[in-house]
Amino acid sequence: MTGTDIRNLILSAIALGICALLPLSGSGYWLSIGVTIAMFTVLATSWALFSGPTHYISLATAAFFGVGTYVTGLGFETLPFWSLIGIAGVIGAVLAALVGLATLRLSGVYFVIFTLGLAELVRQVITWFQNKSGQKGLYVLTDISEAGIYWMLLSLATAVFLTGWLIGRSRLGFALRIIGDDETVAVHSGINSALSKVLLFMVPGSVAAMTGAILAPRYVYIEPSLAFAPMLSFQVVIMALLGGAGRLWGPLVGVIPFTLLWESISSNFPQQTTLLLGVAFLIIVYALPRGFVGLLDDLRHRTRARMAEGVA
Amino acid sequence: MDILITGLLLGGTYALIAMGLNLQYGVARIMNLANGEMLVAGGFAAFWMYTAGQISPFLTIFLLAPLTFVLNWLIYRIMLQPLVKRAKSRGQLETDSILATFGLSFVMVGLMLSVFGGDYFNYSYLARPIVIVGDTFALNRVAAFLAAVVICGALYLWLNHSRAGLSIRAIAVAPDSARLVGINVTHLAALAFGLGGAVTAVGGALLSTYLTLDASTGVIFTLKALIIVIMGGVGDVRGTIIAALLLGIVETLVASLLDPGLTLAAAYTLFILILLFRPQGLCGKKPT
Repeated sequence: MTGTDIRNLILSAIALGICALLPLSGSGYWLSIGVTIAMFTVLATSWALFSGPTHYISLATAAFFGVGTYVTGLGFETLPFWSLIGIAGVIGAVLAALVGLATLRLSGVYFVIFTLGLAELVRQVITWFQNKSGQKGLYVLTDISEAGIYWMLLSLATAVFLTGWLIGRSRLGFALRIIGDDETVAVHSGINSALSKVLLFMVPGSVAAMTGAILAPRYVYIEPSLAFAPMLSFQVVIMALLGGAGRLWGPLVGVIPFTLLWESISSNFPQQTTLLLGVAFLIIVYALPRGFVGLLDDLRHRTRARMAEGVA
Repeated sequence: MDILITGLLLGGTYALIAMGLNLQYGVARIMNLANGEMLVAGGFAAFWMYTAGQISPFLTIFLLAPLTFVLNWLIYRIMLQPLVKRAKSRGQLETDSILATFGLSFVMVGLMLSVFGGDYFNYSYLARPIVIVGDTFALNRVAAFLAAVVICGALYLWLNHSRAGLSIRAIAVAPDSARLVGINVTHLAALAFGLGGAVTAVGGALLSTYLTLDASTGVIFTLKALIIVIMGGVGDVRGTIIAALLLGIVETLVASLLDPGLTLAAAYTLFILILLFRPQGLCGKKPT
């Protein structure tokens, strides 16, 4: 661990401490925005852990998230809440492994297509089960407060950042960077590329399921069309790419402005949210291919070049 | 027997839609995720022409086809060609085109929502019973199927027996070598993209005669078309048709024997089986 590592860790800890104080401000509105931001930070950062190095666009977030909410919905009366989060994480990881095993051995397109419909698939199956058993939705009535949810999400975010940092330093992270740069080279230097990708895909799967489990009490009433809303997957992709998926902290830079923008648009023009999402996708592809982070990097390079000129 | 024929009738229209996507993906190399929205737009056009002017959907398609051809050609030239030029590798183009066409699909859904609202729309056209081998079917399904067969057949003949078709197949097989033998790849890719879009929109107009659509159902059709293309093998017309009929039959089987809400699950089961056992597609050759 170098000096900059320690400095970054201390700075992150201070930032985390400040974030943790938000519920004490007493403003319900800002707390609710804080929960949304924390949720998308967790989802987008874990998404970028997989999609950043591999360049595979995963659209399965909503599926894992929905599975997580259902774990809480079905089990909160019999099991303690913390264990449900763990169970959701395990189920999410197993589901991700299955999806990964079926598709990641092949080209990336199959993976995108498969994840695109995964939420809809799980939703159809659960709806079918519910129709058979005659129940409609689930009530999740717990005594967990909004502040409690916020703190749990914040701890999960910390865990995700630490995981990402550790993966970046591990053999797996190194292998993935090579795969992302050139898969042929990776395979020739003895990396099991399919296995590495499947292992890594289990991280966002598990994290998204845990996020769903934590957020279920906030919804109070859950039903398939709510828990598996496909919009969530797209929002996560947008936010992560807007910030920049190449860096660990990149998605965070996209999450905060996009959440605020989304909140103001969906409260003022509820009909236009789809249009906004589309325009955001187009802006990213044409104007910000590497996200805000890429923009910052360019700026930094330019100023540095100018300073070097000034010295010479 | 009843299920088999209903499935075949559905599969015929699916084949048309998947052919459209296959032209766009196999030749123009653009994974067009706005394909389903083009379909819904075609359906909307047919609906609007019928309710406003009592114009038969089977006449509308003659107007719709050139219009959507030009529209898709422009989309390729203006939106997608810069991406093709920018891309350093096939993988990067795939990621970029997926994101761009996603954006396009959301913009289209947003526009259709604000023009038509979020309601389901359907109309009653040729809803008369017709008897085939002892069972009754709706005439509009049969008519849509026949139209799809005619269009698919024409496309098949054109691709296999014309010079332009030969060039297009050459691009689908080996885009880099096609350039070496003097084929104008950029020009033909735009043509194929436009043609694919037009075929999809016509398919949407045909579907709308017997299915209920709404502004946000496009993605389901995109998904089905993608699954069909992969099942049949990318760039393979024959495989696409077989896969589409297969999907139509399996879906109808599941819908009538299990639950109509499980059609996507049925499609996915087929998809997984293909991925596990024949990733190169039903008729595709093994990559060497």
